Order: sequence, then C-alpha cells, then structure tokens
Amino acid sequence: MDESLARQESWMHRMDPCVRVITAVIVSFCAALCHDVNILVGHVLMSLVLVGMAKLPPVAVFKRLKPLFWFLVMIWVVMPFTHEGEPLVLMGPVALTRPGVMLCVNISLKSVTILLYFMALVATMTVATLGQALHCLHVPDKMIFLLLMTYRYISVIQSEYHRLLRAAKFRGFVPGTNIHSYRTYAYLAGMLFVRASRRAARVYDAMRCRGFNGKFHTLDTFSPGVVNHLFLTLVSMTALGLVVTETLLM
Amino acid sequence: MHISEGVVSGPVMMAGAALAFAGTAVGLKKIDYERMVHVAILSSAFFVASLIHVNLGPSSVHLILNGIVGLLLGWAAFPAILTALLLQAILFQYGGITALGVNTVIMALPAVICYYLVGPLPGRGPRYTFVAAFLAGAGSVGLAALGLGSALYFTEKNFLEVSMLVMTANLPVMIIEGIVTGFCVTFLLKVYPEIFPRRGPEK
Repeated sequence: MDESLARQESWMHRMDPCVRVITAVIVSFCAALCHDVNILVGHVLMSLVLVGMAKLPPVAVFKRLKPLFWFLVMIWVVMPFTHEGEPLVLMGPVALTRPGVMLCVNISLKSVTILLYFMALVATMTVATLGQALHCLHVPDKMIFLLLMTYRYISVIQSEYHRLLRAAKFRGFVPGTNIHSYRTYAYLAGMLFVRASRRAARVYDAMRCRGFNGKFHTLDTFSPGVVNHLFLTLVSMTALGLVVTETLLM
Repeated sequence: MHISEGVVSGPVMMAGAALAFAGTAVGLKKIDYERMVHVAILSSAFFVASLIHVNLGPSSVHLILNGIVGLLLGWAAFPAILTALLLQAILFQYGGITALGVNTVIMALPAVICYYLVGPLPGRGPRYTFVAAFLAGAGSVGLAALGLGSALYFTEKNFLEVSMLVMTANLPVMIIEGIVTGFCVTFLLKVYPEIFPRRGPEK
C-alpha cells in the first residue's frame, strides 16, 4: 500500500497531472489498438523514454511488472500450440504455429508498454493528485469523492483486519483447507463490513458537523505552462504518428 | 480476475468501456452523498477483503466477494468496483487504462445480477439464506469467469483454449467463494441486517 513511485522527484512529477492523464489515455489506446510489431517496438521505446524521464528506479519498475510476467508465461505456454496456422517448428505431435507466436509477441509488447506508460504518467502522482486531475477533466464530483474516500479508508480498514486476524490467531486459529477456516474468514470479512458500515455513519455525521458540502479542496496547485502543453502535443503526436505509419504500412 | 492490458481487441475494449460508463453513471445517480460515505468505506472494506488469501490445498486463492458487493451495494457496485480497480492499478500496477472498462464490467455486472436475483433475501430460515448466498457467491464468480472467457473469445477465436483454461481454473474459486459468501451473509443477517440496502430502516 505505498505510493513510492509518486514520492520520487523528477520533471515528470512536477508536470500538470491533468496533462499527464490525457497523455496517458491517448498513448495507451494508441498502443492497445496497434497490430504491427515494428510499431509496437516504437511504443516500447517511447514508454521507456517516459519511464526514464520520470526517473523511476528500474528495480521497482521490474518488480511491478512481475504479476504480468506470470500471465505472459501462461499465454506463451498455451497460444503457440493451440493457434491454428502455418507451423513454425514441429515438435513431435505438436507444432508451434507462426500466427500463434506472433500473437504472443504482440500481446507481450502491448501489455508491457501499456503498463510502462501507466507507471510513468499516472502512477507518478498520488491518489489525491489524481483526484485533482480527474476534477479538471470534469469527471463527476461523486466519482472523485468515492475514489478519495475509498483510498483514505483502506489503511484504516486494513489495520482493523489485522487486529481481527491477530485476535483469531491468539485463539489458536490455524488456516487450512477446511470449512472451519472458510467460516472463520467469512465471519472476519463480515465483521469488517459491519465495522466499515458503522464507521461510515460516524464519519458522515462528523463531516456534516464540519459543513461538508460534497466538495474537497486542494492546497496543491499546478500551473499548466507552455512546457506542459508542448509535452502533451509532442507525446500525443508521436503516438498518432505511429498509428498513421501503421495505416500507411498496411 | 483480470484481463491484462493489451489482450482484448478494439471493439471488445470499446464495448467494455461503454458498458462500464453506463453502469457507473446509473450507480452514481442512485446514491446521494449520505449513502456515498457508506459506499466508499464499504469499498475500502471490499478492497481489503480481496487481499485475504484463503488456503486451497498447497496453494492459496484470494477472495473476490463480488457477490456480496452486489448484495450490499446494488448498482453502486459499478462505481465501487471501478474505484477498486483504479486503486489497484495506481497502487500496485495490476492494470492500466485500456482494460479498465472491460474488467469493471466483468466483475460488476455479475454483482448487479446477483443483487436482483438474490437481493430480496426472504427470511425463510438460515439454511435457505445460506443456499441463496452460496449461489450468489459462486454464481457471481462463475459469471465473471464466463464474462472474461467471452471477452477473450470475441477478441480472437483462437483464444478458446485459454478461455477454457481460465474458466476451469476458476471452478474451485467458485466453490470457496460460495461457501464464504454463504457464511458471511448468514452472519450479517444475524448481527447487522440493516447493512442490506433493501432491509434498511430508511426504505
């Protein structure tokens, strides 16, 4: 539960969050809709440049890509063998097919590059800043309220969960694959919901007492200067350029 | 249960985004600010509960609980699940932007279906409640797996084997979710029935 990527200091971190979110949406969809491997390599390079600009530590980036790698391993194990098409390598009764391998390469490049774009552009801001960015993009206030409140209470509910789990362990609870364990976890989750609901009532009353009118105010201000607009234009144009190149190649 | 970024095709991605947008709009419209705090803090609870790992033989699976999300939140399941996925993306980078819509629909639509089918839990005794809640829990995970499978299949017919693999792998998860949801709902009805929207004192 950390925002370690957002706590760094770089030129990217000082960019206007609104500009970063727009850029992230444009480049992510350009990459997701791309079919040509060469163009995808271009996207990977661009995402690496952006990650470099955000000065994200390579180890942290790699660690965050790990769950994705497991998914890609599964795809690589299944797809090349089950996809129909011209065989590339024959291995006894099974064959690696060319379209299968191409599809795997395509998916791998796409997923890595989209996550890198997200890390460089969006994960470099705190959730509070994201809320501010979404506000300037005219996302409904209720949605932003939900995002910020949910984020705010995750740590509180989590410590509540650890307290309940600790209490269960003190009473000799050892989790296993049996009905008793599932029942214990179910009651634990249930108790979590009860406490969350009771807490919500108290929090709402407290907010009403302080004159809450459905709006959060921020103390952080970003000034969308020339550099920001230049960045947005440059990155989006490059992404759109890649799309145009792909259409021309086809 | 996630579809990774870069897997689904353009049309599936757009359809997912459009459905998620519509569902979220309905969900947001149905809740006022008083209920909003409730929805938000329950969303945090679901976020934490989905980090609970339960043992399954030598391995472990994490809870999903989208059945209970549906039963407790109704249409607000859409914005709640969208929020949870967005937070997962920003805090752990489990996903990016392009698959957000599809993933929201995969998880939230079964939750809403559950709300309508099992929501009016009649008080016909604890055994009946347990069975209904079991079906809600197992069914919502099953429907989510089915949704994920069809999103893959509509992207590329050759994904059929991968879809089958995903759905089979989710069978034990369905059973566990059913059991946990069954116990959890029975527990909630016993200790705090007001938490269910249709049984609340204000309605």
